[in-house]
Amino acid sequence: MSLALETRSHRPLTTFGQLLARLHLDGILLAGLVGVMAIGLLAIYSAKGQQLPEVTGQLARMMVALAAMLLMAQVNPVWLRRVAPFAYVGGVLLLLLVLLAGEVGKGAQRWLNVGIRFQPSEIMKLAVPMALCALLHDRALPPRFPMLILMLMLIAVPVLMIAVQPDLGTAILITLSGVAVIFLAGIARRWIIAGIVLALAAMPALWLVMHDYQRSRVLTMFDPTSDPLGAGYHIIQSKIAIGSGGVFGKGWLNGTQGQLEFLPERSTDFIFAVIGEEFGLLGALLLLLLYLVVTARGLVIAVLAQDTFSRLMAGALSVTFFFYVFVNTAMVMGLLPVVGVPLPLVSAGGTSMVTLLAGFGILMSIHTHRKLVTR
Amino acid sequence: MADNLRIKDHWQEQRLFLTRVIVTGVVLLLLTGLVIGRLVQLQVAQYETFSAQSQGNRIRVQPVPPIRGLILDRNGEVLAENMPSYQLELVPEQVPDLQDTLARLVDLGLIEAEALEGVRRTIASRRRFDTIAIAERLEEEQVALFAVNRPHFPGVDIRARLARYYRHGPAIAHVLGYMGGIGPEDQARIDRAAYAGTTHIGRSAIERAYEAQLLGTVGREEVLVNAHGRRMQVLGRGPARPGRDLILTIDIETQLAAYEALGGQRGAVVAIDPRNGEVLALVSTPSFDPTALSTGISRRDFLALQENEDRPLFNRALRGQYPPGSTIKPIMGLAGLHYNVVTPGHRMMCRGFYQLPGSRHRFRDWRPQGHGMVDLHESIVQSCDVYFYDLAREMGIERMAAFLQTFGLGGTSGLDIPGEQPGLVPTPAWKRTAFRNPQDQAWFPGETVIAGIGQGYMLTTPLQLAWSTATVAARGVRYRPQLLLGQRDPLSGQVWLSEPELQEPVPVGDAQQWAVVIDAMRDVLHGPRGTARAVGQGALIEIAGKSGTAQVFTVAQDQRYEDLDVPERLRDHALFVAFAPIEAPSIAVAVIVENGESGSRVAAPVARQVIETHLRLGS
Repeated sequence: MSLALETRSHRPLTTFGQLLARLHLDGILLAGLVGVMAIGLLAIYSAKGQQLPEVTGQLARMMVALAAMLLMAQVNPVWLRRVAPFAYVGGVLLLLLVLLAGEVGKGAQRWLNVGIRFQPSEIMKLAVPMALCALLHDRALPPRFPMLILMLMLIAVPVLMIAVQPDLGTAILITLSGVAVIFLAGIARRWIIAGIVLALAAMPALWLVMHDYQRSRVLTMFDPTSDPLGAGYHIIQSKIAIGSGGVFGKGWLNGTQGQLEFLPERSTDFIFAVIGEEFGLLGALLLLLLYLVVTARGLVIAVLAQDTFSRLMAGALSVTFFFYVFVNTAMVMGLLPVVGVPLPLVSAGGTSMVTLLAGFGILMSIHTHRKLVTR
Repeated sequence: MADNLRIKDHWQEQRLFLTRVIVTGVVLLLLTGLVIGRLVQLQVAQYETFSAQSQGNRIRVQPVPPIRGLILDRNGEVLAENMPSYQLELVPEQVPDLQDTLARLVDLGLIEAEALEGVRRTIASRRRFDTIAIAERLEEEQVALFAVNRPHFPGVDIRARLARYYRHGPAIAHVLGYMGGIGPEDQARIDRAAYAGTTHIGRSAIERAYEAQLLGTVGREEVLVNAHGRRMQVLGRGPARPGRDLILTIDIETQLAAYEALGGQRGAVVAIDPRNGEVLALVSTPSFDPTALSTGISRRDFLALQENEDRPLFNRALRGQYPPGSTIKPIMGLAGLHYNVVTPGHRMMCRGFYQLPGSRHRFRDWRPQGHGMVDLHESIVQSCDVYFYDLAREMGIERMAAFLQTFGLGGTSGLDIPGEQPGLVPTPAWKRTAFRNPQDQAWFPGETVIAGIGQGYMLTTPLQLAWSTATVAARGVRYRPQLLLGQRDPLSGQVWLSEPELQEPVPVGDAQQWAVVIDAMRDVLHGPRGTARAVGQGALIEIAGKSGTAQVFTVAQDQRYEDLDVPERLRDHALFVAFAPIEAPSIAVAVIVENGESGSRVAAPVARQVIETHLRLGS
């Protein structure tokens, strides 16, 4: 590990790698993320009717998100671990505020207007796993049953508050991030099996509390043609888009489904269909490969991490990121019901991107703030 | 807490974590495999299906309506053409603030304030992405006004469509007919594919009769459309083929002269070329503006037209059935000669009335003092009723009816526009079927007598009168009246002419018999005692004619028509039939002026005006 020692010294920077190291950034992660975002810009330019301002707008949001990543990368994980409980409690209070005084957008109450409009649920995407990891940091692993219950409750409180907004997509992702932490913490196999059984048993109950539009989305996933102009329309059109792209795609800007506006929400939740249509199977596979590179690198960082908080946090962030990708692509291709989950770093829009890249900033911080001891 | 008492084993925890990460990695790879599998399923296995669906989504075949054929008169003058008509259209989903937009359109005068509620209802009843016409028939100034303000009206636009324009308007409306929007009842009878994209259909007369020729063939355009159905790009086209131009037998100058001569009175004029049956003029007044009717008038205006007691929509020339009155006398005279009931030299005394043997009922002559000794010639010239009363009685109703029918009376002529009425030549057989009450079914001798002067049950249309007069003019040769002279392909210029349709001639072969009657008809206008000598005076050409007055109101036995203050609508109809030039006739005319009272005074000048115009005299 003498190389690492060198990079920490204050000799003049001679390589790009040294610059990255000085900024606490990780080259592989950054390359993967930039690659994904580049594909996103191409797809947005196409999906937004070739409006350059849309692309520069997205580019600006990316810059803000990258700045957030850079910022988080400088923050020592130790400090993060200490603020985690406060972030969690603050986030829950903000969610409470949303329920009481939030703004309604697209039929759901999830915005809080404090000078700028933002969604407190985004904070919880990071605050929930952070709080759980911080909780487990000093304790012997694997966690025992009472700890498991405590963690589940910590997950359930914000998730339920988000689910009633209703923002099912975010609620699911936060649940997954929490579950990832519990799983990675080494929870006993019997609890895992019990959890799966319980989840299956809970499904009918979930059905009862779902809104009508959520139920219809689930139903149309199984048979989109049952309501071709209503809830099924999205799925039918997006499957046509992806399927008609074939292996090589119709070519950039030549996707008829997207260009002729058959595909709804083509620059946001359904942008994967634009990519599938215009760049074909090969383009979609390239994008998936980049996502896998990012996820794999995140897991490697987790394995190399030196304390429990860092290890669990890095693992949870990576797994959650991949779940984003999976939930969105599976939804666009009709494998999962339509829940509002954007394709990470590709869908137009800034809020989720800032959270995501802030998360990657934490990953990089974990990796670059390791105590440099040789084993 | 038990957890706190446990000792953290970092090495053990790290190993456990590594295992879990590996398990996670496997799960993630499985999920990736699921996504890739789905991608392959959609993009490779089902590629053909989705590719076809994507094509079907975006390429739409849209019909291109053909341009309707023109209608021309016999000299090539355009009677009906297609002119752009502008309508204001709106797509609700593209309008930011519908109520505000509509209010501002009202302020600009593009929508009438009263129409606003209807427009709102129309918009509410249609889909958000439909294109909805909110104002039709915009004036040029309105179009210009909107063009200036267009930037302030997103989602609103002006579209031009071709609408029928009839240059001579009401003067020829009953020949050409008009157009109407295709309604549900039309949908049932038309070939919908042929009318794809076409919004209007011929509603009456020529426009309806020759709909198939005028329509043309619909074209096809393959267009790229977006999800809202909006046209983005034309990929290919099969052009529409315009309908055939129709050349009518109508001579527009004659037509206009007839229309003007009627001067808006309730009446009709029909002029036919005796040499071939070509209808030179066919006028019914009062009339209507076919252009307005074709481009769409308000329901209120249409009801006003329908309920107008002068019935401007009613085609009197074809459908008006009037007793022919004395205009029937030349033909009745021919019948007398033909059946040998009278001879040219046969004379009888007219004392101003006629009585059947054994009856006290007096059939009055229009001239109470009588005409004195008259022969056939004089009784036509002076229109002596008594002579024809006697002639009719001698001939009998059966022979009379048979003879009149050979002239086309009592039946439709087969003119090539719809709606003709048959008129009526009464017979005892007809009367038995026409009345329900047995005592009304008997035929009385007196009914034969009054039939002799074209009164009683006998009914004719102006078209029949013109046709029968044309038959007299042509000395018995008959051609079916027709309005279509030819058709022209507007692309190649090729013309197809219609053939005159010769009909069975009337059974009068003796030139002498024709000469007697036609000579008498000349003297109606040009003889010293002719009923229409006032009109014959100063005529630019010799005209043969016959006046007629048809009773609307029955005058009691002890009253004189002249003494009565008869309400206008019950006054006698004025009729006149005429043809010229006498030796080589090229025009035969029938004129009727409803409640005009005097055929010779009111109808004859119209006939003369029409004849002189047609023969291009005095110009």
